Amino acid sequence: MNRLSLLIPLAVFALILVIGYLGFSLDKRNELPSALIGQDFPEFSAPDLFSPDVVRTRADLVGQPTLVNIWATWCPTCKAEHEVLMQIARTSEVALVGVNYKDDRGLALGWLADYGNPYNLVLMDADGGLGVELGVYGAPETFLLNRDGKVIYKRVGDVNMRVWQNEIAPLLQQLEVAHGGPGWEMVGR
Amino acid sequence: MKFAAVVFFWCVAGTAWSAGQVDVYHFDTPEQRKRYNTLIEEFRCPKCLNINIAGSDAPIAKDLRATVHRLIVQRGFSDQEIRDFLQARYGDFVLYNPPFNARTYLVWVIPFLLLFVGLIVLIGLLLRQRRKASPVNLDVDALEKLLDEKT
Repeated sequence: MNRLSLLIPLAVFALILVIGYLGFSLDKRNELPSALIGQDFPEFSAPDLFSPDVVRTRADLVGQPTLVNIWATWCPTCKAEHEVLMQIARTSEVALVGVNYKDDRGLALGWLADYGNPYNLVLMDADGGLGVELGVYGAPETFLLNRDGKVIYKRVGDVNMRVWQNEIAPLLQQLEVAHGGPGWEMVGR
Repeated sequence: MKFAAVVFFWCVAGTAWSAGQVDVYHFDTPEQRKRYNTLIEEFRCPKCLNINIAGSDAPIAKDLRATVHRLIVQRGFSDQEIRDFLQARYGDFVLYNPPFNARTYLVWVIPFLLLFVGLIVLIGLLLRQRRKASPVNLDVDALEKLLDEKT
């Protein structure tokens, strides 16, 4: 008994190691769970980047599965992500909506002219007000909306090919199946 | 020497510049300012883990301070309405005081569990010590009786 109790500190140490290992191997430990998942995309009004007199609202986002991508020209990760978005725009039928977040309109237009425009629609959020409504705390962030405008997925950080193929494309496929429409043959390439 | 003077100048200028990065907000009443200052101490910055939005330089913390100000001054929200507003958008995370639910129960329960285990260990140790320390109580009468019976 006495000899066994000598092992107690070792056992405690092992327990700490195990908990530490589990804790640090959690994949998204720095990522906030979004409060919006499962909720309707909030009502908003934001000017269109290309024609600022036109005010866009939530009604412009519903009707088809939509990726809402928060981006900015000051965001280096957005540059890497941009190519992936271009590829998604070429190969998938999902609607892409950009939210130009706390940015300068001229810079944003220049960016899209230089690198191409993957978006069906780009909104301006110059003061970050729409970002606060969405619980955005950095760029890039991306939301997937079903055709009813409900948020079913959120990605914090860049959408790369791995995230697209493993996480977003399967969800899109499910949405399509649930809706009874044609399959997404293009998805995930 | 001249180089040192230049370095010194830029250091001083630099601190002056960074000290200038303080939000300037207008409040209708001193009470609003007090509520604002209390509330921004209360919320956690979503970007820079474990700093409140009052103490963070992150752009999002600045935005959230502006949001709190707007909700107080323009929308006339109560403190609780502001908490609900931010919680609805940024989740339980922004509250340093997470609610008790299925996801957070371990955080709340474990300290009490540890306290309970500690108490049991403490009681065990005390009991053991008392047992060792207490002298043997001889029931003298009973012993004498026993001896009488034997003889």
